[in-house]
Amino acid sequence: MPDSDKKLYSAREYQGIQQIVGPLLFIENIHDVGYNELVEIRDTRGNERLGVILETSEGAAVVQVFEGTTGLALDQTRVRFRGEPLQLPVNREMLGRVFDGLGRPIDGGPAPVAQERRNVNGSPINPTARTYPTKFIQTGISAIDGMNTLVRGQKLPVFSGSGLPHNRVTAQIVRQAKIVGEEVNFAVVFAAMGVKHDVARFFIDNFEETGVLENVVLFLSLADSPSVERLMTPRTALTMAEYLAFEEDMHVLVILTDMTNYCEALREISTLRGEIPSRKSYPGYLYSDLASLYERAGMVEGSEGSITQVPILTMPNDDISHPIPDLTGYITEGQIVLERDLFQKGIYPPIAGLPSLSRLMKDGIGPGMTREDHAHIASQLFAAYAKVKDVRALASVIGEEELTPLDNTYLEFGNMFEKEFLSQKEDEERSIEDTLDIGWKVISHLPKEELYRISEEELIKYYGK
Amino acid sequence: MYEVIGQVSRVLGPVIHAKGITKAQMLELVEVGEDRLIGEIVRLQGNEITVQVYEDTTGLAPGAKVYGSGMPLSVELGPGLLSSIYDGVQRPLEVIKAQSGQYIHRGVRIPSIDRQKKWSFTPVARAGDRIEPGQVLGTVQETEQVIHKIMAPPNISGEIKTMITEGEYTVETTIAVIKAASGENEISMIQRWPVRQGRPIQERLPSDIPLITGQRVIDTLFPVAKGGAVAVPGGFGTGKTMVEHQVAKWSDADVVVYIGCGERGNEITDVLQEFPKLTDPRSGRPLMERTILIANTSNMPVAAREASIYTGITMAEYYRDQGFHVAIMADSSSRWAEALRELSGRMEEMPAEEGFPAYLPTRLAEFYERAGMVKTLSGETGSVTIVGAVSPPGGDFSEPVTQHTKRFVRAFWALDRDLANARHYPAISWLDSYSEYVQDITPWWTENVDSEWPELRREILDLLQREERLQQVVKLVGADVLPDSQRLILDVCDLFKNAFLQQSAFDQIDTYATVQRQVKMLKIIVTYYRLGAEAIQQGATLMKLRRLRVLSELSKMKFSIANDEADKLDTLQQRLEREMRRLGEIYAGF
Ligand SMILES: Nc1ncnc2c1ncn2[C@@H]1O[C@H](COP(=O)(O)OP(=O)(O)OP(=O)(O)O)[C@@H](O)[C@H]1O
Ligand SMILES: [Mg+2]
Repeated sequence: MPDSDKKLYSAREYQGIQQIVGPLLFIENIHDVGYNELVEIRDTRGNERLGVILETSEGAAVVQVFEGTTGLALDQTRVRFRGEPLQLPVNREMLGRVFDGLGRPIDGGPAPVAQERRNVNGSPINPTARTYPTKFIQTGISAIDGMNTLVRGQKLPVFSGSGLPHNRVTAQIVRQAKIVGEEVNFAVVFAAMGVKHDVARFFIDNFEETGVLENVVLFLSLADSPSVERLMTPRTALTMAEYLAFEEDMHVLVILTDMTNYCEALREISTLRGEIPSRKSYPGYLYSDLASLYERAGMVEGSEGSITQVPILTMPNDDISHPIPDLTGYITEGQIVLERDLFQKGIYPPIAGLPSLSRLMKDGIGPGMTREDHAHIASQLFAAYAKVKDVRALASVIGEEELTPLDNTYLEFGNMFEKEFLSQKEDEERSIEDTLDIGWKVISHLPKEELYRISEEELIKYYGK
Repeated sequence: MYEVIGQVSRVLGPVIHAKGITKAQMLELVEVGEDRLIGEIVRLQGNEITVQVYEDTTGLAPGAKVYGSGMPLSVELGPGLLSSIYDGVQRPLEVIKAQSGQYIHRGVRIPSIDRQKKWSFTPVARAGDRIEPGQVLGTVQETEQVIHKIMAPPNISGEIKTMITEGEYTVETTIAVIKAASGENEISMIQRWPVRQGRPIQERLPSDIPLITGQRVIDTLFPVAKGGAVAVPGGFGTGKTMVEHQVAKWSDADVVVYIGCGERGNEITDVLQEFPKLTDPRSGRPLMERTILIANTSNMPVAAREASIYTGITMAEYYRDQGFHVAIMADSSSRWAEALRELSGRMEEMPAEEGFPAYLPTRLAEFYERAGMVKTLSGETGSVTIVGAVSPPGGDFSEPVTQHTKRFVRAFWALDRDLANARHYPAISWLDSYSEYVQDITPWWTENVDSEWPELRREILDLLQREERLQQVVKLVGADVLPDSQRLILDVCDLFKNAFLQQSAFDQIDTYATVQRQVKMLKIIVTYYRLGAEAIQQGATLMKLRRLRVLSELSKMKFSIANDEADKLDTLQQRLEREMRRLGEIYAGF
């Protein structure tokens, strides 16, 4: 139907719905409505809720209500169809403001008046229009900078478990992240899905302390907000981020927390609709759905800005093969994995040595960017730490006394690596040189012959120095 | 060409239903609604149809018109495909960018092959010639390396009535008129071919030539033949894409079709930025000139992702038909299978395992069957080799896509999580991987590279097996209790893993190894074992062996000796033999 007709029809109000199942409404005897478009629902008291059309057939539709359906009655509910998808007004003045998951202000301020409104679902970026991210971001955290380097425009999630310090680690990244020798026009877009108030508070206080709050836009859909609203929260947040990055040329860091809550909400809707479930009853389209969020990161031609995404998710049961971390890992450009063992040993940040990965590291490190020895020392640290894990497993069977002298040296190296390289203070900001030097210091505990991933010249220059 | 054939009655994401259908055929290409979204008819039922739509259906409402095209979903084939980048239904992404900027909007209609560009055409056939299907009518220099053959379409035969003279023409120019029984056919440089139907050939030929990839673990241990099919399964981050990229870069294929199927946008960008800069080691030309990219990234419409695999393989077959060896990478076939599952779910079909439709194995088989070494209609030899990445949920290979794929491929490069974690790349497991092509391609190696190849290969594989058993013992009691002769096996295998199997894609010298270099490196390592075992038998200790000066050179030979310095490997081999012999002599006297 032409847009003009849609506008006309959007004035029509229908009263009464046929069925309510959880957050879903089944409405009949309406005009033909468009898939994925916005619906206004008014309850008996006249309060407005919003929803979106999940399925449309002749004169009927299935609507998902973001605020939930509590208190809606079948015959008194009134419904209008907006004839357009959910849109977010966007402008620069939204920096420093707080919105709900649907983009409505909740900080007491006025609704933003913007020239431009954007469909929150976004459009896929043409891969030929992307610019490959290569700029090294120094986070000041050795485990990241040295071994899992973050680059500007990357999507690098934090895989955590309940009770692990993912918020502290992320906050430290936000505080310390910088491009060495560059002053930039930056912004943070923070989206909270189903997390508690104190988590949001923790981040806000952090932003305040570092004096960046006026550069932050918050989209909060906290634990006490209806779960369906969470499905829109990352979309509104990323719409904001795209505007700031690609229209206002800002470098935007997007924090999405907690993606596990987002996925739960998706599963809830899918189950209610009776869709054929895939693993652990998550819908088969979970991968595509997550990709439609995570792929909204990066850099594009013709724009100076960038979107760097740091989604946080808690792995149910610390299980990295659970569909949520699994499918996330299949989409993002690596992952920072927090490990309970390290945490229990008192190591902060407890960033797991082996399963963590940054796929864009290769193009962001090396001479002119970090240092010429970076790739090899990092690779050698991984290899040596992998060996440590094997030796520890062996030692737990045969006892440390039975180990060969070399194996014992590996054990010592392992402890040094964890205590000196991985561990650092929450306010400790290490330069990349410091990080690499500490790496050399701990690797030099191993005999030279073991360092087969390091070149002769590098050994001469750095080994044992 | 398009006419209204019915109206939308229901919209369920990428699947729509339409009713009041006047005429329609299965798999017909249709357009839907005012934005003319493209789709394909996937079910016919009375006067109703189900359509899978290749673009976002937001805003589509019941009542919208459905337009039929009268033909199946097809691709355009002709000069200009090479160096291009397309989405899953062959829309040219570069051109789309030029028209509509950084985002892909809906309803864009742009011809897949440039209509303005002129090609210099040289006729091969002449007026009066009798033409059979697939016969070459003329040629066009498509790139420096590729002479594109303009062929009679596979369904046309007859006598050439007129033939154009040599000159510069656009692809739509009629270059020949062929008089067939059914009437006259005007032939241009473009053909259309339905993507879901394999292009005809004369016959299949045995696959007995390896596709050389320059990746040691592949070529030496688990080779794939030209015309073969291989699967690369692995959990996230284990290196599937890197393997696909490496094969796309360095394999000795004439043409490469790379399909980014439901994967990351940046990986395509990476190829786009790198390939024009890298040169093909054989031709010295930029790699992009032999490459066709298909990018239907994870955030692009899911139905087009399903189509992308077919779009790619059809193009591959088209170049095969011209007598080229084509390699096609599909990253990842699992995303294709998931697209199939999603569409099937929306069509309310009965699910089989893990929600996948029951026809998943059939579809997989149909796809992999399109690989092969063939005699083309025009009598030439060409091949399509498929390298399909598989992304098993949770990295668990027992899931349906991996299991079914295994039935239809003859080589399996299993990526191992522990190897990847230790940054042992490529993380291709030497225990779980296999290749059934080894037998068939052994003659090629012995004739063209080294007659000892089969023996060296067998010996190192045997050592790896023995090492695996020894490791079981070591895990219980430690390595110290093993005799030196057995610890030598551990040492040699370590050396083989670090100095041979591990190969850095990011190192200038290491990224690609010629077959000569591979076999020489292999020989050096096997020699170290053979002579070392002898020396130990004669009474030398492992300690002594480990102190040999030459050893540190062995462990770094992959970085220090380049492809064009293979003779340095001979020197190294001689030094090794000398040092070992000297060691042996010391003990021989006792
Ligand atoms: N041959 C190699 N040399 C050097 N590094 C490699 C190699 N293979 C893989 N890697 C490293 O492993 C990382 C992950 O590889 P890759 O992106 O190919 O994984 P994948 O299996 O395709 O993962 P996903 O399923 O999530 O797409 C790369 O970014 C790179 O850092
Ligand atoms: Mg990949």
